[in-house]
Amino acid sequence: MHEPRSRGGNGERIVNAGFIPLLDCAPFVIAKERGFDRKFGVTLQLHREVSWANIRDKLDLGAFDCAHMLAPMPIAAMLGLGRATEPVIVPMSLSLNGNAITVSQALYADMCIADAAAVHRGGMAAARALAEVVDRRAELGREPLTLGMVYPFSCHNYDLRFWLASAGIDPDNDVNLVVVPPPLLADSLKAGRVDGFCVGQPWNSVAVAQGHGVIVATKNELWPLSPEKVLGVREDWAKANGELLADVIRALTLACEWLDVPENRRETAAILSDHAYVGVSQEILLRPLTGNLARGGAEPEIADPDAVVFYRHTANFPWRSHAVWMITQMIRWAQAREPFDILALADRVYRPDLYRAAVAELGMAVPESDYKREGAAASLDQKASFFGEAGFDPRAAISYLRGLPIRAAAADLDAFAARNG
Amino acid sequence: MDTSLKILVIDETPIRRAILESGLKEAGFSNVTTLDTPTALVQQIYAIDPDVVLIDLENPSRDVLEQMFQMSRAVRRPIAMFVEKSDKATIEAAIEAGVSAYIVDGLKKERVRPILEMTVSRFRAFDRLRTELEETKSALKDRKVIEKAKGILMKTRGLDEAAAYALLRKTAMGQGKRLAEIAEGLISTFDLLKE
Repeated sequence: MHEPRSRGGNGERIVNAGFIPLLDCAPFVIAKERGFDRKFGVTLQLHREVSWANIRDKLDLGAFDCAHMLAPMPIAAMLGLGRATEPVIVPMSLSLNGNAITVSQALYADMCIADAAAVHRGGMAAARALAEVVDRRAELGREPLTLGMVYPFSCHNYDLRFWLASAGIDPDNDVNLVVVPPPLLADSLKAGRVDGFCVGQPWNSVAVAQGHGVIVATKNELWPLSPEKVLGVREDWAKANGELLADVIRALTLACEWLDVPENRRETAAILSDHAYVGVSQEILLRPLTGNLARGGAEPEIADPDAVVFYRHTANFPWRSHAVWMITQMIRWAQAREPFDILALADRVYRPDLYRAAVAELGMAVPESDYKREGAAASLDQKASFFGEAGFDPRAAISYLRGLPIRAAAADLDAFAARNG
Repeated sequence: MDTSLKILVIDETPIRRAILESGLKEAGFSNVTTLDTPTALVQQIYAIDPDVVLIDLENPSRDVLEQMFQMSRAVRRPIAMFVEKSDKATIEAAIEAGVSAYIVDGLKKERVRPILEMTVSRFRAFDRLRTELEETKSALKDRKVIEKAKGILMKTRGLDEAAAYALLRKTAMGQGKRLAEIAEGLISTFDLLKE
């Protein structure tokens, strides 16, 4: 199935793209619905999928030319984690932020009893209240809490784990971490099968709207302007279809620019609410799209214009420093155990060179550097923050790993250090 | 063929689940369990302790199985996706048919391949069945539409049934369209004029 099948009968340039029904599939949907694809002579054909495993397999087998992917997925593919596939690269990012941590009403009540002020402050502080609940349950001999996320190689998994560990909760031993598909999360919360979860929007807002969940942290509170979804393409496809890929990047970039015009967010909600796309009501989609998030419980609404970002803050640039941080988390939690050269892996998977070349003709400003210090303030009125720490230096990945408080022992950091001089 | 393997089928489509189960049993695999709901999937898999898990691709619970790759600590027998570098065609056939297979670590691939081949052929058979059913439904609908259009022609132009049918057919052929399309057009035009 690997022969280029991107040209239709009459020279039509068809690109098959797989996506998962989440708010941040919007760049693909808008590129198609607003005709940004045809502006560059491309016809996007969108395929709605129900699992990330399907996305991975269909991209691997060539049923898809490109896909809406969780940022860590292409890195995992290159490392052969989960299941080895053809190498997948990231020529652009699609979105920043958009995730949140939501807990059940029952857990929210327990957290408020433990430390109402910390819950009220939200973000990193809320983890401290959770830690007290976890300790109390252990003392009383009760079952550990069950927390959900969507895929092992996801920022949701790493965000949730980081947040837990920051308060001294070992995600592999003190709680029970499970995968729950996003559409089933709200029901699982209601039925008490999970006590909380980290997921992308709109599913946090769905749980709040149904009265079953309370948002205790948003991703923008943990790590402002942090990576979320990316464009994934097979490395061999990118090589064989360079100009076509550049046109896809251009079309998606213009769609992202359109998406970040505040006046367009209402129309975005109307389009995404269709059952062919996300299939969630406009009212709920507008919550994260406008940044007026209801947290639920007794908590006031959040007004955060960066609740999900598609274009501003150089959102589409595939920063290799994003990749390095995700790699450190794969090592931290022993998903990756065999030592390898971290920067070499980031360089092969994340391809800012392809992004720069593609958008050069759109006249857009593009960063000159491939790496940045993560967690630095994006503007003067913002505070620098990185999971409550000063920031992340991608050139010091191993010493960063050594300094993290809770870490799975299975990955040998000395062996990694030897490969990362 | 090793028919003692414990097989778990996860599929929310009842007919397909039944087709697959009977196929496996006919082939001599007597140890087949089926699951229709994704609730508490991980616990159920621990309890059943299968050698092979078959799951349809329309099932969001595939990602739940994916995590089981990662949880070697908690699982007695680690589960991995059935993949063989040398046998990409088998995987392609399975994905195209809409199914994927997971097997316990250490199980010989040759023991699983006949199961996967059987599954793929049953999934395809189900697909054909579904297509045929849709075709039958649409043929039935076409016939009703044509009957109605004939009735309109008979009433408004005083034709007999054979002549009305012949006129519809001639028009369809002349315009290179399906008979049912012409009939539908006639009915909607007639409804417009009737008011």
